[in-house]
Amino acid sequence: MELFASALPVLGEAFGMILDPTVLGYLVLGVVMGLCIGVFPGLGGIAGLSLLLPFMFGMEPLYGLALMVGMVAVVPTSDTFASVLMGIPGSSASQATVLDGFPLAKKGQAARALSAAFSSSLFGGLLGATFLTFFILAARPIVLAFQTPELLMVTIFGLSMVGILAGRVAVKGIVAACLGLLVGTIGEGAASGELRMATYDLPYLVDGFKLVIVGLAIFAVPEIIALLRQDKAIADRQVLSGGWMTGVKDWWANKWLSVRCSLIGVAIGVIPGLGGSVVDWIAYGHAVQTSKDKSQFGSGDIRGVVGPESSNNAKEGGGLVPTLLFGIPGSGSMAIFISGVALLGTGQIEVGPSMVNNNLNFTYAIVWLLAMANVVGTLICIFAAGGIARLTNIRFALLAPFLFMIIAFAAFQSRQSIWDLVALFGIGMLGIMMRRFDWSRPAFLIGFVLSAPAERYTNQAVQIASSRFRRSLEEGLDYIFSPIVIVLIIVTLISVIFGLRQAKNIQAEGDVSSGGKRAPLLFLLAVTAYIAIAYTDASMIPDFARTDRVFPVFVGTIGLIGCALLLIQMRLKPEVDPLFADREVEDRGINAFGLWPTLAWFGGLLVLTSLVGFILALAVFLLTFTRFRAGQSWQYSVLYTIAGIAFICGMAWTLNRDFPPGLLQSLVELPWPLT
Amino acid sequence: MNRLQKGASALLAAVSALGMAAPALADGHALDLSGETVEWIIPFSETGGSARWANFYAPLLSEALPGNPTVVVTFMPGAGSTRGANHFQEQSYEDGTLIFGSSGSTQFPYLLNDPRVRYEYGDWNVVLASGTGGVSYLPPDLAAELEEGGVDALLDDNFIYGSQGATRLDLVPLLAWEMLGLNVEPVFGIEGRGDGRLMFERGEANIDYQTSSSFLSGVTPLVEAGTAVPWFSFGSVDADGNLVRDPTFPDMPSFAEVCEAAPSCETSGPAWDAWVAFFTAGFPAQKMVFLPAGAPQAAIDTYSAAFQAITERDDFAEISATRLGVYPQLTGPAAGTALQSATAVPEEAQSFVIDWLAERYGVVLQ
Repeated sequence: MELFASALPVLGEAFGMILDPTVLGYLVLGVVMGLCIGVFPGLGGIAGLSLLLPFMFGMEPLYGLALMVGMVAVVPTSDTFASVLMGIPGSSASQATVLDGFPLAKKGQAARALSAAFSSSLFGGLLGATFLTFFILAARPIVLAFQTPELLMVTIFGLSMVGILAGRVAVKGIVAACLGLLVGTIGEGAASGELRMATYDLPYLVDGFKLVIVGLAIFAVPEIIALLRQDKAIADRQVLSGGWMTGVKDWWANKWLSVRCSLIGVAIGVIPGLGGSVVDWIAYGHAVQTSKDKSQFGSGDIRGVVGPESSNNAKEGGGLVPTLLFGIPGSGSMAIFISGVALLGTGQIEVGPSMVNNNLNFTYAIVWLLAMANVVGTLICIFAAGGIARLTNIRFALLAPFLFMIIAFAAFQSRQSIWDLVALFGIGMLGIMMRRFDWSRPAFLIGFVLSAPAERYTNQAVQIASSRFRRSLEEGLDYIFSPIVIVLIIVTLISVIFGLRQAKNIQAEGDVSSGGKRAPLLFLLAVTAYIAIAYTDASMIPDFARTDRVFPVFVGTIGLIGCALLLIQMRLKPEVDPLFADREVEDRGINAFGLWPTLAWFGGLLVLTSLVGFILALAVFLLTFTRFRAGQSWQYSVLYTIAGIAFICGMAWTLNRDFPPGLLQSLVELPWPLT
Repeated sequence: MNRLQKGASALLAAVSALGMAAPALADGHALDLSGETVEWIIPFSETGGSARWANFYAPLLSEALPGNPTVVVTFMPGAGSTRGANHFQEQSYEDGTLIFGSSGSTQFPYLLNDPRVRYEYGDWNVVLASGTGGVSYLPPDLAAELEEGGVDALLDDNFIYGSQGATRLDLVPLLAWEMLGLNVEPVFGIEGRGDGRLMFERGEANIDYQTSSSFLSGVTPLVEAGTAVPWFSFGSVDADGNLVRDPTFPDMPSFAEVCEAAPSCETSGPAWDAWVAFFTAGFPAQKMVFLPAGAPQAAIDTYSAAFQAITERDDFAEISATRLGVYPQLTGPAAGTALQSATAVPEEAQSFVIDWLAERYGVVLQ
């Protein structure tokens, strides 16, 4: 209390600093830029902040901070547009929003879902800032109490959300999570540098896949393909007008859920190392667990939007704690933020342990700039929501090429290699199949996201614990079973038991009817084969590098047991069992186009890109797609193509990015953007 | 900014008039980059130390180059920086709008014959070499033991160190501690040195090192709070090639002094030679800027002069102190000498380290 009394005048000083009109001007500028970038799926704070960095050198510190904080704060707000309207996770913060937001958009309630999401975001952001104002003074010892065993338990708690999101057949969900975990281990092991499912001849695989690509491939690609095959608009009815007030009321009706999820967001954001990438799933899981009627989750329950959206803006506030107090970035965008802060002024603000003692006024200014950016960003978004929601009434065939262009561009930012596009396409195929046979895609993604931390913390905890045990048994036990660990174990157990008991009622991705046995069996065999190969590959890692072997072998074993169980069940159960869910059967009536011809368009874009580079391939793709698939006139198609190319070039030019080159570019020198 | 610009161009003019660093600027073949965009490839992600270093220099370079081109930092992470370096190796000089920033993590795989290395430093043209140093520190209880009984008192302790990998820059501290006889167990899988420091702060690791700039910003507050005690700096190489105390930390003993004083450690023999070789490769010229193979002398001179002008700015000491530390920023022939010592280690040192890595950590580089 005394501590806070002494901080109060500083808080007042901070408000004096940020209420300066020029500072507010910079903040609004940052917010608008952040909204523009956040709207595009896959482009988040990293792209935006990199854009600002060159201007930060020697800039008046407060103005620079306002600009950067404004931009970072609103990315998790505006990325909701893509999640709700298109079913594309705008960034890792909005993955869970897709599950219920997109079905709402399909029902013509996009504006309602959006405004509920924005209200929740705003509230989460403000609550997060308020909480931080007090917490930041006492945060250091609390954050330091989270040692490796605690971090491991938080990771396992995150993984336990698979239990809720596993879908109707729990074993399928678990196998999907194992598959995600295994895909996450691809590349160089963190502990000994051994390769798993990779080779030095294909350097791309050595570094493993990036979340941006996996997220887009697993959620966006299948959705785009599915909508395209049905050849109509996203919403199956007219968009409700004035829906945005309903959304605000929805948020108000669930305000306590919003409070709890905001606190979850801050709390997990505070812990360095997890980067908050699972916050939205945990919040979603919490929303499901605490609701009485769970039947609507996955097919458009507004609580499935309020929960994750309350948590993801609060998380940004929480993420400031490790960033400002320890100089350890909680996420990629925070890392650039640190670099940007060091460029400001004469570099007098040094992010790190001295921040609270020497620069408490700046610390508070940052916290409350973040809160104000949330307010400004949300207001802009809510007013835009009604209009933008009408996008869902456009015929999808006209939207899809544009979306695909953006997704391909975003994926390419991951590593600036043509293999980014191959990975997007390849994992996209997996996503399409998982969607078709009703394998839980959220479970897969949670596995993928948590794979690296789960392995890293397990190895480190084991190593440190054994060193402690060598000193004394007591010291070892104290280290492993700290009070925080015990609490987390209890919470995890409760969550798993609850989850498994209710998983059958929760259809995270809607209802799917069952069909023949053959197709689901073939897919299961393919999954089994991959897990078996990954298992064999990992088990061949020699003994001296066993730290890189243990985790994939362990996960592989569980996965194979799951696969075996499924195979036995498939043998025994009739073909109407949920085990044989097959969306092809369900959607037979509404699909206007086959899967393969639709995929061929995108495969064609990929092949053409590898030959003549992205821009030329894109021009051909846009032109022919609009003309032949969407059936527009030549005139229309040419205009559409020109607009598309101009747009993507403008974006790349602003962000200083290049496009994937092809074979042609290795033979002939071409001017930008054809390079 | 304007005043600085004028100052910089005045400096440039003075330098070229003296004909010392940039004789080429005097004739008509000098590079003019008006309206161009210089691409600066950094083979790491946006989040690392090299990114901070490049982001510091990029706007200054833009001001200092003739024609004030836009300088864009492009990040090309992958395979511990070998991907970006391999990519740069394939480029040839065109118009002086492509430069590359390497780091110690690019040098070490090259020196250790890592199978992924397809680049050759000898083909490139160095225009800047930035040095740094490193400091090893301990928690207060162990520092007290050390104070009382010297290094011998620490030989029975179990040390845990959060490491990014034995073949990275961590090789230098790990070898140093091993030579002192400490029983240090590295916990691998740390994502950056900042995470290593956090592990130290949480009390899980009980020995750590940081490069100079991170020590200044991240550890100094801990030292003031009494939760960390600096032990030794790695030292620094003076103009005659001698190992001396680090000028940024003049009050701290160098590793050479600590090793000299410890009965368990020797400042001669293969281990010592290997340590010196790899320290010299990794720290005094840790980050370098290169033009690609085939660059004409005029272009090399233009860039050298630009970097020299930056390092001779009136306010350079002030703006660089917290970003880079007080270390030589070498240009011209000095950068060439630094490159030589950073990319050539005696064969014995190389094979010593390769054997040591295989024996101690089971790391096989082939």
